[in-house]
This record gives sequence, C-alpha cells and structure tokens, in this order.
Amino acid sequence: MKYSYKVGCSTENLRGIRDFIRGSLKNHGVAELDISEMVLAMDEMCSNLIIHAHHCNPDELFELHILLEPRKPIVFEIVDDGTVFDINQFHEPDLGNIIHQKRKGGLGIRLVKSIMDKVEYEQASGMNICRLTKNVQYR
Amino acid sequence: MVQIKRLQEDGTDIIVPIGEIDASSSIELDLTIAKSVGEGYTRLLVDCNALEYISSAGLGVFMSYIEEFNDKNIKMVLYGMNEKVANTFEILGLSELLIIVPTKEEAKQKVA
Repeated sequence: MKYSYKVGCSTENLRGIRDFIRGSLKNHGVAELDISEMVLAMDEMCSNLIIHAHHCNPDELFELHILLEPRKPIVFEIVDDGTVFDINQFHEPDLGNIIHQKRKGGLGIRLVKSIMDKVEYEQASGMNICRLTKNVQYR
Repeated sequence: MVQIKRLQEDGTDIIVPIGEIDASSSIELDLTIAKSVGEGYTRLLVDCNALEYISSAGLGVFMSYIEEFNDKNIKMVLYGMNEKVANTFEILGLSELLIIVPTKEEAKQKVA
C-alpha cells in the first residue's frame, strides 16, 4: 500500500504531516511507540527540508510517500527539488557542545539516525528522493 | 500548535505547555522560559501533563538553558510526561541532562 501527501514548505504544515503519517500507519499492526518514533523522525526530516532547503517558502512543494507491505520494513520517501543535504555526511556535535554553544540544531539529525535503520538519497529527473527505512515488529 | 500557560505557587513558576511543540511553535516555549527568568524566578517547573508531542526544536530550547541555569543557580524540573514524550527525551539521553520526574510533588521537592 502506498500513501502520498503533497505539502507546501511552511513549518505550519508540520502538524498536518504528522497527522498524515499517524493516520497512514495506524491499523497496520505497528506498535504505538514505533509509530510515534517514526512520526518524530519524519517531522525532523521535513522540518530540515522546509527550513534549510526551501527557506520556508510555502509556494514550494514537496511530496511524502509511505510504502507499506505486509511483514516488510516501512519505507518513507521525501521527494523535492531543493538542495540535497545528506545527513549521513553530517557529524552531529556531541551533547556537551550543544549545551555549551546554546545550539538549538543538531539534535534532530541525531534523533533520525537513532530511530531510522537506513537513510538513502537518489536523484532522478531533476528530483531528489530521500528514502528512509524502518524495520518494525508487526503484531 | 501549542498554548502555554503559567501559574505561580509558593514562589515557584509553573510553565504548562498544552498541545504540540515543533519547529513552528518552539519559539513560544523559549519566550515563556525567558520571561519567567526575566521576572526573577529561580525555581521553574514544567508541567508536561498536557504536552502531547515534542520535536528536537522543543528539546533544543530546554538544552539551551542548561548552562545559564547552572551559572545562575536556577532550578528547572520537568514532570508529568506521557510515555511518547518521555521516550523522545530518552532517545537523546536528555533524561541524564535535565531533571525529569513523574509527579508534581516530586518536582516541587527537587526545586525546594
């Protein structure tokens, strides 16, 4: 099953994105806590994309896909045409540094890497696809 | 969307975020904490009973005050988190850096 959501690059839309993910993942036998973690990781990815790649321009759109197959890992795709920021290349600062520099960033990527099992990037027909995979236990 | 209430009990400022704190609303939390500190409170409680969700933007706000609070001897304790919100703090190991307790009574003892 594939769920899709197209949305403008405004942080005001993050709530709608979370609702879309929660709604898509429920009734598939995925544990509540797993769902909440995936919602969080995708919120972080979309926040970064909206703020850093699209400078919160609500006229610029991106697409979110969720691919669900029985007993298979859950796959999320973020499709956009902005600048690619590969989080695998990013070395997140340690927590001590974040506290000392009063940085409010860097935590989100740490969350995504802790929650998701794989983050891959692909470019095709002028579009970027960021694919995140999560292994889950189905009930 | 988050709505943040404040109330004062026995010289302690209680900050009550209601709803979801994300990249669009974390500024509200930041402004509220800054206001409390600006008014001279040195004992802050954050009542998380009505906090439904928090992303790294909100966590970053709490983190950004740790050093200032240590320097100024300001105590901040968070309490009443639901399982999902508590899990978010735990994933990053923030439960080690911030004081988080289950109940308001315990929180009050911690700042006393």
